[in-house]
Amino acid sequence: MDRLTPDVMTPVELRAPGRWQIGRVTRIKPETPRVKSFRIELPMWMPHLPGQHYDVRLTAPDGYQAQRSYSIASSPLDEGEIELTIDRLDDGEVSPYFHDIVEEGDQVELRGPFASYFVWRGEEPVLLAGGGSGVVPLMAMLRHRRRTMPDLPMRLVYSVRTAADVIYADELGDEAVLTFTREPPDGWSGHAGRIDRQLVEEALEPMATAFICGSNAFVETASQLLLDAGVEPGRVRTERFGPTGVPAPSA
Amino acid sequence: MNGFISRGFTGKRRAPDELADRLPPGQYREDGFPVLTAGPTPTVPTSEWRFRIDGMVAEPREWTWEEFGELPFEDVPCDIHCVTKWSKLGTSFRGVSLDPLFEAAEPLDAYTMVFSYGGYTTNLAIEDLTDGKAWVVTDHEGEPLPREHGGPARLLVPHLYFWKSAKWIAGIRVTDHDEPGFWEANGYHNRGDPWREERYWTD
Repeated sequence: MDRLTPDVMTPVELRAPGRWQIGRVTRIKPETPRVKSFRIELPMWMPHLPGQHYDVRLTAPDGYQAQRSYSIASSPLDEGEIELTIDRLDDGEVSPYFHDIVEEGDQVELRGPFASYFVWRGEEPVLLAGGGSGVVPLMAMLRHRRRTMPDLPMRLVYSVRTAADVIYADELGDEAVLTFTREPPDGWSGHAGRIDRQLVEEALEPMATAFICGSNAFVETASQLLLDAGVEPGRVRTERFGPTGVPAPSA
Repeated sequence: MNGFISRGFTGKRRAPDELADRLPPGQYREDGFPVLTAGPTPTVPTSEWRFRIDGMVAEPREWTWEEFGELPFEDVPCDIHCVTKWSKLGTSFRGVSLDPLFEAAEPLDAYTMVFSYGGYTTNLAIEDLTDGKAWVVTDHEGEPLPREHGGPARLLVPHLYFWKSAKWIAGIRVTDHDEPGFWEANGYHNRGDPWREERYWTD
């Protein structure tokens, strides 16, 4: 890999993943009291695979830096821009900055898209299972499927605490099955409580590939339910939040 | 580096000065021990556990859990660095150095593929696994390694990003050429030195 360091390759290809670039925030949409979506215009945009992430880097005037990874929520058909949906973690460093400081028109430094395991490449049928803000990379898959292959079977099982915590509430259609773990809305006749066998069986189609994203506890429960329902372990892809609430690889 | 300053950012999770030089670039300090796995968590009973070194070796070797327990264990105090940006400083593991294990098997080539129960793989050069740099560990901070952290046994290579420290280790295959493992084939760096910030392919 050392042979391919960007310094050597610069004149050839500027649109390589991995180069830091300065994007501009064009739109901020509050999704829930603690979640906001940020549309970011990128000078070196390149298409991503649904499920990939970007790294964001903040720099203080004295040179101190902080980096975090955030999943892309948008379809790669949105040329020239990406959407990052960020959950505000009170003891975090980067997510409170985005929530409390960043305004439309601000510049942010970032690079990506990265990682190619938790990505949807057109497999079907698909079962998506998201807990809380684990729905973000799954939304990229849902949005992309709507615009490219609307008939492709893709269901979403989405576990949230209360109605106020539903991210992308105005976009979820018939393909989504919700369950409320803390407090269902008034008059709710659907599922309540943690994800369970009934919920999984309702959404699962034979030979489905599953993408599960959420907290470790959610992912453990959901993946075990799928294995119990007969899904091969090789068809179950998971991403678990790190301590900062962003999905990422093994540790 | 490029002079860019994030408007209004001051940094509220800075490490204290005495720890700052133990944090590689782009990392922050985390006191917990987050669980990150690409698939379901495998269950490996110690009665069925085996650890083997095979491939390009003079003598392929395999140890059962009981045989492994007879080997010389040592405490390994270390800092660990996850490519997702967190570092855990001042933690400890207990296990067997790979040096005596390789001495028993006698590698004939310079590369390895580490393989795990559950199908995970990661590639490492022999030189990153020898001279007191790598262990197969069974305990973390005085307790048996929890299943979600790779129990009953995982690899520990603290000088590289932690995805190299394969959980649920089943063995090491010595090979005559380098080949990417699981994350290395999925966008992450082939070697993963945190001090050189080797996170992704293009780093």
